[in-house]
Amino acid sequence: MDLSYSKEDQAFRDEVRAFLAEHLPEEISSAVRSGGELTKAMMEEWHAILNSRGWLATIWPREFGGPGWSPVQKHIFEEECCRAYAPRIVPFGLNMLGPVLIKFGSKAQQEHYLPRILDGTDWWCQGYSEPGAGSDLASLKTKAERDGDEWVINGQKTWTTLGQHADWIFCLCRTDPDAKKQEGISFILVDMNTLGIEVRPIKLIEGGHEVNEVFFTDVRVPIGNLVGEENKGWTIAKFLLTHERTGIAGVGFSIQALEEVKAIACSTMRGGKPLIEDPLFAARIAQAEIDLEAMKITNLRMLFKAQEQGAPGPETSLLKIKGTVINQELKDLARRALGPAAAPFPGHVTEGNLMFGPADTEHNAARYFNNRKTSIFGGSNEIQRNIVTKTMLEL
Amino acid sequence: MDFNLTEDRQMLADTLGRFLGEQYPVEHRIKVAYDAPYHDPALWDQLVELGALYALAPEDAGGMGGSGFDISVVFEALGKALCPEPVLGALMASRLLAAARADQEALLTGATKYAVGITEIDAPYELDQIATVATAKGDGFTLSGRKSTVYGGQVADIVLVAAKHGDGLGVFAVNARDANVTGYGMMDGGGAAEVLLDDTPATLVVADAAAALQDAVNAGIVALCAEAVGAMEVTHSITVDYLKQRKQFGIPIGKFQVLQHRAVDMLTEIEQARSITIKAAAELGGADASKYASMAKNMIGRAARLVAEESIQMHGGIAMTWEYAVSHYAKRLIMLDAQLGDTDYHLSQVMKGYAA
Repeated sequence: MDLSYSKEDQAFRDEVRAFLAEHLPEEISSAVRSGGELTKAMMEEWHAILNSRGWLATIWPREFGGPGWSPVQKHIFEEECCRAYAPRIVPFGLNMLGPVLIKFGSKAQQEHYLPRILDGTDWWCQGYSEPGAGSDLASLKTKAERDGDEWVINGQKTWTTLGQHADWIFCLCRTDPDAKKQEGISFILVDMNTLGIEVRPIKLIEGGHEVNEVFFTDVRVPIGNLVGEENKGWTIAKFLLTHERTGIAGVGFSIQALEEVKAIACSTMRGGKPLIEDPLFAARIAQAEIDLEAMKITNLRMLFKAQEQGAPGPETSLLKIKGTVINQELKDLARRALGPAAAPFPGHVTEGNLMFGPADTEHNAARYFNNRKTSIFGGSNEIQRNIVTKTMLEL
Repeated sequence: MDFNLTEDRQMLADTLGRFLGEQYPVEHRIKVAYDAPYHDPALWDQLVELGALYALAPEDAGGMGGSGFDISVVFEALGKALCPEPVLGALMASRLLAAARADQEALLTGATKYAVGITEIDAPYELDQIATVATAKGDGFTLSGRKSTVYGGQVADIVLVAAKHGDGLGVFAVNARDANVTGYGMMDGGGAAEVLLDDTPATLVVADAAAALQDAVNAGIVALCAEAVGAMEVTHSITVDYLKQRKQFGIPIGKFQVLQHRAVDMLTEIEQARSITIKAAAELGGADASKYASMAKNMIGRAARLVAEESIQMHGGIAMTWEYAVSHYAKRLIMLDAQLGDTDYHLSQVMKGYAA
């Protein structure tokens, strides 16, 4: 039993930290810090910076352009990126489609698409959820029918994150309407510029534009855009959902959030004293901090296990459940710490009078509301409990 | 980074686990834990022979272990078997004797049974509120005061007592025969004693003992947390088995999602409890030992209560009965909160680190 990082890992951490200090543009990190929406240009700039260092596709094997990191190194990289307020990498091409193509794609697909993900030519989005297929994803209805050398796609996808920026979408489509629901699904790549696609924004609870509806009306794509076998898309869907789960606990983001809560509570006055000296509030911070300390170790234990076994196990569902709950608690504490100062709608009060502690807090309440998504997306926490019930408890 | 046990510790865990599994089935445990002397003297001797106490002390004190992970391995095994032997007193006494650089062969061989008297009714957890006082007399000292719920005190030969000594705290050895010791059994099995001291002769073991006492408490907390983790794992596993067997409405009750999700939530909290215990064990003896011990005891307090109460509730009536093991695990899990600082006390300790 040894909780310390190896010399090599510590040296790696120093290297990452130095890289971030030198190459993460101030303009981008302060945008992340303020909690507002990032522009497409900012996300693309950071993508290009990481790519030029070879640190972009952190979970790809080396032969496809990955850095060949161990799970612990990936964890260190993510932790340091959080610490430096680097943007979260847009995961759809890199962490979702990339591993799918590497595992299930043809050589031609790998050679065509993977380099374009790395150099930023193609921005990908995910076509999974539908209005009637959320947690019960396998009941999806968007259909793709063969017509000569083409698929003809009709239907609707929703919750398509950053679809407004995307060049391509990977879609789960029903290709055999008569098969059992998991068995008639295929995984198809679609150019967003194809005739018949319409993207409509969904305005979210805090007013932001992050997700979209995507409508498909007689959208024709080449037969060759099928990944893997026809009607075997569900296998790919499951692979994609369970494949890469390091970082799912969001420990780095919660460490950030805890620091912000403490900073706000130190500079906010209640009853003539800093809020952090109020025992009721301090008790809530302390409980969240204890949960987070435990989560740091739980996360490392799972990483270690993944490293030993070669793949993360179903325990990652526990990380997701608890990690999102802790993060949401910290966001709630930050909003409470600001009190009435969190109330104005972002952008309505501009003259810096909402500046507390180290972080610009203008978007604080917006982040609180936006973060309610984390226990819903990627398999809701209830679905995670179902997974653990089946795989670990065998009930 | 390595979350595996070393080979030696794995061997100790296996040996203890096998011994306790064979010699300490829960029916036997229930028999010995609730009747005087509230443990099994023959099994205590065998436990000592297996080296359970040597694992708790470092080599320079004559032991073969003494790190946080040695302690947690021993106590997790004890917790799984719900073992009421007075090992906690031996551990904490060993830490105090080590601080005094005193010989502890008699402790480690089991020849002398030690208990530690810190707790008082009006100072259950706070060292700085201790009222028992030491007075110099001749070459030695006398102590006056009352120590409460001295775990293992019902069978101890020597009680190491924390008492006011000048401006600070001292640790004094009291021969149990010289004090007014009233032993009794506990709600959750095992025994303790009230130790009444009235000009009772005592020997100074550690002067300026605040740091040594804090270290003994921190070690005791790691032990209790590991014990709780062991007990929680067994309780959870019995509960999940029961969910598979018990049928109502014609199906196993484990098919009901309302119970499934609660069983998952228990598992999540047990994993978290194990994690924070690992952290506290890793930090034991270091500069941040008290902080992480407090974090661990707080989280254990919350998790243990959840596991105890949910296990009873999800079983239904059967776990309310004396003859069903879960009732005894639940009692241990609840009652250990009041040993060495409860959930609220340790939360307030963590908060003390906060200031603007």
